[in-house]
Amino acid sequence: MENERKLTIARAMAEATAQEMRLDQKVFVMGEDVGEMGGIFGNTRGLIEEFGKQRVRDTPISETGFIGAAVGAAQDGMRPVVELMFVDFFGVCFDAIYNLMAKNTYFSGGEFTVPMVLMTSTGGGYSDAGQHSQCLYGSFAHLPGMKVVSPSNAYDAKGLMTAAIRDPNPVIFMYHKGLQGMGWLGTEKGAITHVPEEAYEVEIGKAAIAREGRDVTIVSIAQGVHHGLKAAKVLEKQGISAEVVDLRSLVPLDRDTIRASVAKTGRLIVVDEDYHSFGVSGEIIATVTESNLSDLKAPPRRIAYPDVPIPFARVMEQHCLPNADKIVAVAQEICQASIPA
Amino acid sequence: MTPPKDTLAWMYKMMVTSRRFENAIEKIYMEGKTPVFNMADGPIPGEMHLSNGQEPVAVGVCAHLNADDIVTATHRPHHQAIAKGVDLKRMAAEIFGKVTGLSGGRGGHMHIFDADVNFACSGIIAQGMGPAAGAALSRQMQGKPGVAISFIGESAANQGAFHEVMNLAAVWKLPMVIVVEDNAWGISVSKEASTSIKRNADRASAYGIPGHYVPGNDPLKIYEVAGEAIKRARAGEGPTLIEVETYRLAGHFMGDAEGYRPDGEKDGLFAKDPIPKMRQKLIDDGDFSTQDLDRLEVKAQAAVDEAIRFARESADPKPEDALTSIFV
Repeated sequence: MENERKLTIARAMAEATAQEMRLDQKVFVMGEDVGEMGGIFGNTRGLIEEFGKQRVRDTPISETGFIGAAVGAAQDGMRPVVELMFVDFFGVCFDAIYNLMAKNTYFSGGEFTVPMVLMTSTGGGYSDAGQHSQCLYGSFAHLPGMKVVSPSNAYDAKGLMTAAIRDPNPVIFMYHKGLQGMGWLGTEKGAITHVPEEAYEVEIGKAAIAREGRDVTIVSIAQGVHHGLKAAKVLEKQGISAEVVDLRSLVPLDRDTIRASVAKTGRLIVVDEDYHSFGVSGEIIATVTESNLSDLKAPPRRIAYPDVPIPFARVMEQHCLPNADKIVAVAQEICQASIPA
Repeated sequence: MTPPKDTLAWMYKMMVTSRRFENAIEKIYMEGKTPVFNMADGPIPGEMHLSNGQEPVAVGVCAHLNADDIVTATHRPHHQAIAKGVDLKRMAAEIFGKVTGLSGGRGGHMHIFDADVNFACSGIIAQGMGPAAGAALSRQMQGKPGVAISFIGESAANQGAFHEVMNLAAVWKLPMVIVVEDNAWGISVSKEASTSIKRNADRASAYGIPGHYVPGNDPLKIYEVAGEAIKRARAGEGPTLIEVETYRLAGHFMGDAEGYRPDGEKDGLFAKDPIPKMRQKLIDDGDFSTQDLDRLEVKAQAAVDEAIRFARESADPKPEDALTSIFV
């Protein structure tokens, strides 16, 4: 492609943030190692050089303190972009997130707004064990008062980041480590995409059809979308046409796109790297079964992380993670089955 | 630093307003809750944490503030809200859960928010501190005037958030004052049983900032110490920690039998009630006559009566309004 500008998600996030910081003096970045280091996962690289250490603030390791502070700064008119380095660390600061950030707009009848972005890394697959590898999509999406997005590619990452910074509501921006484009975490080539130089928004709450198909709908987010796309390629050779829905946003959830796709294919597989029970996969299935039961030609299925902490040993972790092979196997199974009349 | 006469009058009037407001709330709270006490009954359901006895700290600090300054308060916020200038009518309506309340009934008594005077709450211990630090940071970054006050209780100084925010405020030299209301009790656990040192103000030295302890629940001494701290914050010299001895004349919440209090403690506290003490002092010092103070009390009572009437007469919210205001 002519004029193609391929960026990683990390670069796309940093570019969106820099562009918004140029437009609006009230946008600033705060978190652990976001300054000189440019973020452990590269998503604030280059910002301190352009904007200085007042607007790109390295914090003490005090997540309760600085996320609480972001809430107060946002209520006072600033637009903080804050980093919670690993989503697994939410255990030390969740009050600031779900009791303050997510509730103060409601408790003030809309008088106070909390326009902040909380960036946080998710995902495993690189043997970092159970306190540095979780996704926890469902834990955040479950609690009211915050939008939750997670991109699968650099184009969406930039557009969602721009939209998140401009949003008057708090947005959790979950970026998957395996898609960041940091060489040391492996590289998912499909996440590195063309990214226009100018600022643009990807609407929060709008899913994308990552691949069109007729026989089965594979719904996922972030890394799971790539598993779905790889599975779809394999299935195509076997004569099964798979549609892949990239949710991009969990809150708000684009239920219409999910329902429309399943209405077309009649079969649903949800791929979720978060825990199996009480989470995103169950919610997606309920979205369909609450309204489209007659559209289903087979029972909906889910491929999710089993309900155990994430183990260190490579073979054990890989056994638990969703992957394209698991999706192919389930798709083959349900495309042969049908619901008795 | 002695307050000017009009400030003294304001302080006395606000203390009386706060006490009369709490007395009214206490009475109405019990409507529908006798003979059987069920927290869900009556015109004011839910938990109720009254601030009787703690008025001096609120007025001593807030006398130095204007509407642009920021206050974050606790689960026991009425005296602080009144001293900060929160709209009394809309606050009363919020406590009743009415549509005219500050948030239209979504927050209630532990979640008093008034953007007009930069007042916010958290019902979770010590969790107002982070937002206060952030508001202070916002002013510092924008070069705008304003100081942020975080009111907390003495037991909040044992929370992680306290220590995180103390360090953050100190390392960033934020225009912030942390005011600890030491009423000696964290619900039923005494300060002595919960806290490794006698005075939380001493903890300031761990963060390299000034710390002051103000004994005696004395509004004038609080005014003086808070004035210095707020001046320091406004001058860009960083945060201060102030701990104030105060008295909780009520239970932790309405319905608390207070069996944990040593015999006679409450009688002793009532004997030291700060409002009659201040009244006497103002008369003894010769600045105010009894008639002057009676007039202030009448005005205070009238404001409370008007607020309570407004709350009672206001409509309930529409039930389905529960589903709005989650996002803007």
